[in-house]
Amino acid sequence: MSSQAWINLAYLVASMLFIVAFKLMTGPRTAVRGNYLGAAGMAIALLAACFEPSVQETLAARGAWPLVLVALAAVVGAAIGATMAIRYPMTGMPQMVALLNGFGGAASTLVAGAELWNATATAREAASPLPAWTQFAIATALTGLIGAVTFWGSLVAFGKLEELPQFKKAWTDPNRHWINLGLGLGTLLLLWGVCANPSSNLLFWALVIVGSVLGCTLTMPIGGADMPVVICLLNSYSGLAAAAAGFVIDNSVLVIAGSLVGASGLILTAIMCQAMNRSLVGVLFGGLGTTTAANADDVYAGKVKSASAEEIAMVLEGADRVVIVPGYGLAVAQAQHAVRELANALEKRGTTVEYAIHPVAGRMPGHMNVLLAEADIPYEKLREMDDINPTFPETDVAIVIGANDVVNPAARTDPKSPIAGMPILDVDKARTVVVVKRSLSPGFAGIPNPLFAADNTLMYFADGKKAILDLTSALEKG
Amino acid sequence: MITASLPLLIADTAAAVDPAATFIRLLTVFLLAMWVGFEVITKVPQRLHTPLTSGSNAISGITAVGAIVVAATVAAAGYRFGNLLGLLAVVLAMVNVAGGFVVTHRMLEMFQPKKK
Repeated sequence: MSSQAWINLAYLVASMLFIVAFKLMTGPRTAVRGNYLGAAGMAIALLAACFEPSVQETLAARGAWPLVLVALAAVVGAAIGATMAIRYPMTGMPQMVALLNGFGGAASTLVAGAELWNATATAREAASPLPAWTQFAIATALTGLIGAVTFWGSLVAFGKLEELPQFKKAWTDPNRHWINLGLGLGTLLLLWGVCANPSSNLLFWALVIVGSVLGCTLTMPIGGADMPVVICLLNSYSGLAAAAAGFVIDNSVLVIAGSLVGASGLILTAIMCQAMNRSLVGVLFGGLGTTTAANADDVYAGKVKSASAEEIAMVLEGADRVVIVPGYGLAVAQAQHAVRELANALEKRGTTVEYAIHPVAGRMPGHMNVLLAEADIPYEKLREMDDINPTFPETDVAIVIGANDVVNPAARTDPKSPIAGMPILDVDKARTVVVVKRSLSPGFAGIPNPLFAADNTLMYFADGKKAILDLTSALEKG
Repeated sequence: MITASLPLLIADTAAAVDPAATFIRLLTVFLLAMWVGFEVITKVPQRLHTPLTSGSNAISGITAVGAIVVAATVAAAGYRFGNLLGLLAVVLAMVNVAGGFVVTHRMLEMFQPKKK
């Protein structure tokens, strides 16, 4: 068997390991093994790359230096990545993932740019220009573009999620659609230019620059509530950029791994859009529209019942089954550990406590689960929406902390509501609902929530963390 | 076996390999892998979507393979600017790879039952 055959076999093994890694992601225990297998697959693929014939020829001609440099670069990169991964707090996971995505995208752009640079140099020496509209030309152009959009889009997403002051306000210039349209047309023109004239490095880098600007202008108008969708989409792009790079260098492991990631990102994007009742086009280009919702005064007037920690503790004392509904407000208040304490106090009294997690609780898919797991809340108690919704009628008390739109029954009852049809947690069906909230202010959708005025709802107006701590001590005293 | 190196595509030996055939072969791989991806990933529970995202993120660092090849392939005429770009790509892709796998591991550890 030729050495190329062995290398291709190694790539095949790596690809299989990636698929198995995804397959094992179905449960928390097997997922650990899956992650190891994915890493093993990556190690095999990276090692195989060092045996590619062109690399071996270089080794034979020039000694080990070129590969030593590569190894040094790899160690530096891995050290930076691992340090970031160990240091970053769990609340910052969306930013971290955005940043890593961006680096992956940038790497793909650079691979395409480097291949093109060296290929044009070789072609010049041979006095035969690169042929137009080849797989190499088209894939190089696409990789450069997708990678650049991914990198700059990810940096903007990072800035927004990290709440850097420059990114506090979404960019809502009324002309932005025209600017994006112009940039889009420019991108298409340059794409055509690179494919038709691949010997020009200048055209390629012009495409990368326009793609970079487009990455920024497409991400800047998107508001905080839609960030989970953006993270998923960028994740998908980084995979597609890697797959496109596979077409550049004619390498199947890049194509396979890249398309797996592309598929994963697309699925998560679809799930997030569905859970927020928004279309992808609406997220990308809409901005939140102006809503003609019911008047808040009509909904709330005279019907809102406010309760104190002691009163709520009394209700909790009689409860057999309590479901806690955490929203991102809880994570912002850093109240996960306080919630765990409250659950401990309840469980000591023999009450069953579970957690109902809406798909968009948090700032990326599944984020709330990670935050609660960090506070030592067992995986089995974290229940998904479809799983826990049928149990609300048998629930004595539902405690909603820092969530609003995802528990708004108007989604079910009012076909004219802007969130009509959005999947929600049916907390209003519980015997008693306790809502911990600072005020009656609306959530991201900007609409009043009839749940707050319902007969079985008690409002507990306080800061999330302090409220839970007070509730716990009231319960322990009582 | 079809060799993957670029000079083959531009040298006249390329006549031996129909470029359209190469493209169709890779397109087949791309579409089948997409399909496998959809099938496998729709079965991942929502509770594990964050580790799924960060884990798949790590795998998208596979572009490091391309980065290594382009950085460590030096032409007879000597180092070119492309080799430098390739080295930079190796650094960035490895940040992605190592960061992704380590942070995924960190998260998955938190989902494990705690020893009392």
